[in-house]
This record gives sequence, structure tokens and C-alpha cells, in this order.
Amino acid sequence: MEYFLQQTINGITLGAVYGLIAIGYTMVYGIVGMINFAHGEIYMIGAFIAVIAFTLLGMMGVTWVPAAVLIVLVTAMLFTAAYGWAVERIAYRPLRGSFRLAPLISAIGMSIFLQNYVQLLQGARVKSIQPIVTGAIPLIETGHFQVAVTYIQILIVTLTIALMISFSLLITRTRFGRAQRACEQDQTMAALLGIDVDRTISMTFMIGAILAAVAGVMVTLYYGVVDFFIGFQAGIKAFAAAVLGGIGSLPGAMLGGFLIGLVEAYWSAYFSIEYKDIATFSILILVLIFRPSGLLGRPDVEKV
Amino acid sequence: MRKTLFGLVAAAGLAVASTVSAQEIVIAVAGPMTGSNASFGEQFRRGAEMAVADINAQGGVIRRKLRLEVGDDACDPKQAVAVANQLASKKVVFVAGHYCSGSSIPASEVYAEEGILQISPGSTNPVLTERGAKFKNVFRVCGRDDQQGGVGADFVMEKFKGKVVAIVHDKSQYGKGLADFAKARFNEKGVKEALYEGINVGDKDFSALISRLKQAKVEAVYFGGYHTEAGLIARQAKEQSLNIALIGGDALVTNEFASIAGPAGDSAYMTFDADPRKNPVAQQMVAKFKAAGYDPEGYTLYAYAAVQIFAQAAAQKKSIKLDDLVAAMRATKFSTMLGEIGFDGKGDVTSPAYKVYAWKGGKYDYAN
Repeated sequence: MEYFLQQTINGITLGAVYGLIAIGYTMVYGIVGMINFAHGEIYMIGAFIAVIAFTLLGMMGVTWVPAAVLIVLVTAMLFTAAYGWAVERIAYRPLRGSFRLAPLISAIGMSIFLQNYVQLLQGARVKSIQPIVTGAIPLIETGHFQVAVTYIQILIVTLTIALMISFSLLITRTRFGRAQRACEQDQTMAALLGIDVDRTISMTFMIGAILAAVAGVMVTLYYGVVDFFIGFQAGIKAFAAAVLGGIGSLPGAMLGGFLIGLVEAYWSAYFSIEYKDIATFSILILVLIFRPSGLLGRPDVEKV
Repeated sequence: MRKTLFGLVAAAGLAVASTVSAQEIVIAVAGPMTGSNASFGEQFRRGAEMAVADINAQGGVIRRKLRLEVGDDACDPKQAVAVANQLASKKVVFVAGHYCSGSSIPASEVYAEEGILQISPGSTNPVLTERGAKFKNVFRVCGRDDQQGGVGADFVMEKFKGKVVAIVHDKSQYGKGLADFAKARFNEKGVKEALYEGINVGDKDFSALISRLKQAKVEAVYFGGYHTEAGLIARQAKEQSLNIALIGGDALVTNEFASIAGPAGDSAYMTFDADPRKNPVAQQMVAKFKAAGYDPEGYTLYAYAAVQIFAQAAAQKKSIKLDDLVAAMRATKFSTMLGEIGFDGKGDVTSPAYKVYAWKGGKYDYAN
């Protein structure tokens, strides 16, 4: 039982990271109907900025951990938002209105470009930082197994939940959210009613990038290691999470993220770690066979 | 600026390549110059470059200068084959490489076909030299995993006598091979591991594995795999306040292991051949490397020695034909930066000496 609980904690933390990245996929799909395959690289860039910023802060002598984490978070968010904006502006906007596959291919190209760009700029080596947020709270202590939750796990999960709540509020309660939902439904009509569609789409990309940046910073803190290739694997998992939850649905992306995190943890816990990815993707396939639009997705209604 | 300089140098290299002088002997060093094992690629490259510079300073080999090509396989078997073909098309006569066994073995097929001498400074999987007469061109200056795994397992059974042991590998040719040799030794001596698990290279999250080790009350983990994953496992174990000792193989001999593992690296051990930096023969060379701002750790001096052996064999036979080189290598003892080295009929060194090292404060030294 204690063991199960510990693995649940591990899985939820992992799922929170997947969920944060998945929101970026699902939001972009919702508004422009394309899969932004470069999103995983945006997350990777967020992680690199975090490593650079932590190193710089360390050299400048900022040692109070909460301040350092906050500064790094804000820096990473600003920079990746700029990247998110630029990616949309350069690779997708010129292709809007062309045939459906064009932006998709452009996205794959962007992903390859960003990976190589970081590799050339930062080198192909693994970058590591010293543990920054350390320590754990023992929750249950029985004779043979101690369930502990580390501070960084608490930070990841609370930050994710806080972001999710504020983000849902942003979509449902604000002017921008209304514009965003309007663009999702019908861009032409939204434009006729005075909504700046280009700006709304740009903002959507930037918000997605910001959430990916948070995930990148958290992962840097959690594992302490980044390389230019991490965007690929995380991107695939997060994309799977978005599809599992129902692409286009925000709660779905979060749910999908947590589910995939938990499946990975439980499979690793009770079966074999070797085959955890196979387990994850098998579940994805099963869900899609029985619910093609994902767990919380609305079936696509053909607009006439 | 450094990038542009590098570009110029690369361009110059290309220009030279197009007008290759008959005088030069082209040799190569191949390994992971990029990717997560790039620190080992750097060890190889530094060692080989220094050796080539030193040999050329002394007039080259049979009065011809050596020119070094660098091949990057990123520890990817497919890329290793591509690199091997590329080197063959550049008329390379000798390759010091590769690092990952999973790269060295497929690449050696190309070298065997093309008649290129291959001396691996660091691939330890036994298969490399166990494939019969077709691969007479393949040698290595390091030991083998069947020796290394045994030494590692013996150390665990002595130091952690009666403690619970787990075996983890990374499914790579090197990692799983090493883990299986260790497992064989454990089981032979009546120690049954509590857990035998494979992980994925490139994974960052090992929290599930750590909890599992915790559940099984594991106190020592024998790890077959590369330093990135080893470092992450050590680090995450400490995060989850699990005190385990991690025992790995020669793929941990890079300071990068310590920087990934952080303070958790202090409970790690590894097996590696006798540290050549401690060899009296190498003292001057170590000083020379350090003066150039590089600590010749791990396989640096092995790569140096591989080039030395090629040069000595060629000088002895006054030829760079494969058959002559192989005949010389089978028959001679070479005096290298690693001390005296001789090869057996398979191409393995005749006197491998695995030692156990302990990591402490970001440095490694003999455990006992």
C-alpha cells in the first residue's frame, strides 16, 4: 500500500509535467487545427534557459532558493514566449489558409531546426546543474517502507494545478478567452466581429510556450540534467497525453497527462520498466479504438 | 569567434583532403563527438590528436606524416556504419575507435571489408574480438566485460557482503552485456539479485525505479550502462532518501558523471583498467596535457596508446598494409603510454588489469 502510494506520487509528478506540455498542443490544435510539432522543442529551450539562468544566478551570488527559482521561471517564460511567437510568425502564419498538411510539415521542419540550433549554440553535451531544491517530507513511515514526497515534487504539482486553474479562468472569464473561443469556432466570423484573429493566435502560441517553459524549468530542477534532445521524447508523450484526453480539450490534456504519468509509474512499479513506453502507447491505442476523439474530446462535427 | 575559427580550420581540412598528398598517412579517431557520451569522444580525440602531433614532431611514421580524421558516431550504431564508410572513402588505413560497443561492432564489419586496422580504445563488449578470422583487423587496448563484470561483482560481494543487490542495465549492447556477466558471477557465487531491470537510454525519470529499489530494500545496485543514466539514478535515489551504492563499469570514467550525480556521486564505484595517469611512463604526458588545460582522464591515454601502437607496428614492418600491421601486432610487445602492451590471437590485450575505483568529491581513485 505504501509502495503504491509512493508510485502514485511519482506518477502524478511526471504527469503534471506531461500535462503542462500537452496544453500547448491541445490549445494550438483547438484554434488553428494543426499539430505544433515544434512544441516539444520549445519546452527543451525552456529547460536550457533555466540551466543558463541558474548558472548565471549562481555566479552572481543569488543563493536564496525561492528568489532564484522565481527569477528563473520569469526569465524562461519571457524568452520561450518570444520563441513561441516567432515560431508561429515565421513557420505557420504564412501558411495559414494553404492546404492542411503544409503547416504540419513546416512544424516538423521547425522542430528539426530548433533542435539543431540549440545543439550548435549550446553544444551536444549533457548539461547539468547541482541539486537546488532538495529535501523531502516523510508522509507515512512504516517499518519497511517510507513514503516521502520531495519539495520539488510538491512544487511541480502545486504550480501545475495553480497554472491550470488560472488558465481555465483566463479562457472562461476574460476578454481574451472569449476572443480565443470565438476564433476556435469560426475565424472568419470572429474577424468580422472585430476580433484581431492574428493577435489571438499569436497569444495562444505564447501562452502554450509559457506553460512549456514552466515544465522545462521544473524538469531542470527535478532531474538537473538537460540536453538538446529532451524535447522529442517529452513532446511525443505530451502529444499522446493530449490525444488521449481528447485533442482540443484543455481538461482533457491535463487528464491525459496525469493518466500517462500514472500508467508509466504503475507499469514500472509492478511489471517491467523496460516496457513502460509500450504500455503507455498500447493504452493510447486502446482508448482511441473505443473513443476515437479521446476521453474528453467532442466528436468532430462536420461544418456545413 | 571560436565557431568561425573552427569553420576555417574545417574548410582548410577539406581543401587539404581534396589534394591529398601521397606523403601523408591518413588515420582516424572515431567516437561520440556529440550526444550524451560526447565527453568520451573528447577523451578519444584529445588523446589521438596529441599522439599524432607527437609522432609528427618526431618525423612521422616511415618518414611520412600522419593526418588525423575525426569521425562522429554519436554512439548510434547506424551513424557508426555511415562514419566507417566515410572514413573508408577517405582512404584511412587505421581507426582508433569506437567508444560504444554497439557502435564498434557494426563499424568493424566495414573496416574488415575495407581492410582497415581498428584498435578500439574503449569498447569492452567481448563480441568485438570473438568473431573469428574474418575480423583479424580488430584489436582493443582495454579489457573485456566478462573480466570487468566479474571484478565488479566480486567487489560487491566482498564490500556489501550479505546485503541486497539489484542489477540494472540500459539494454545497450555494452550495458546489458556487462550486467549479464556480473549477474552470472553473482549467481555462480550463490548471490541472487533482488531485482533485474532494464531501463531506456535517454530517460530522465527514474523515480519509479528508485521506489522499486526501496521496496525491495536494495542496498547495492550493479549498473550496466553509460554515465548519464548512472548519474541520474544516483541523484534521484538520494532525492528519494534511498541510500544505495551504485557500482558501474568503465563507462563512468568521466568527470561528467560526478557533475550529473552531484553529491550523490560519492556513493558510487566503478571498474576500470589501471589508471594510466598513475603509470610512471605517462607522468610527463599527463603534465603535458594538464599544461594544455586538459586532464587526460578515462580513455584519453588509451586513444594515445592506440595511435602509438599503429605507428610502432608500421615502423617495424616499414609498411601500412593491413597484413603487415596485424602480423606485427600479434608478435610484438609495444611500449606505450599504458606501459607494455601485447595482443593475443583474438586481438585482446594479454594483461588486462581491472581495478575498482570509488568516486569522492567529484574525483575517482582506487577503492582500496
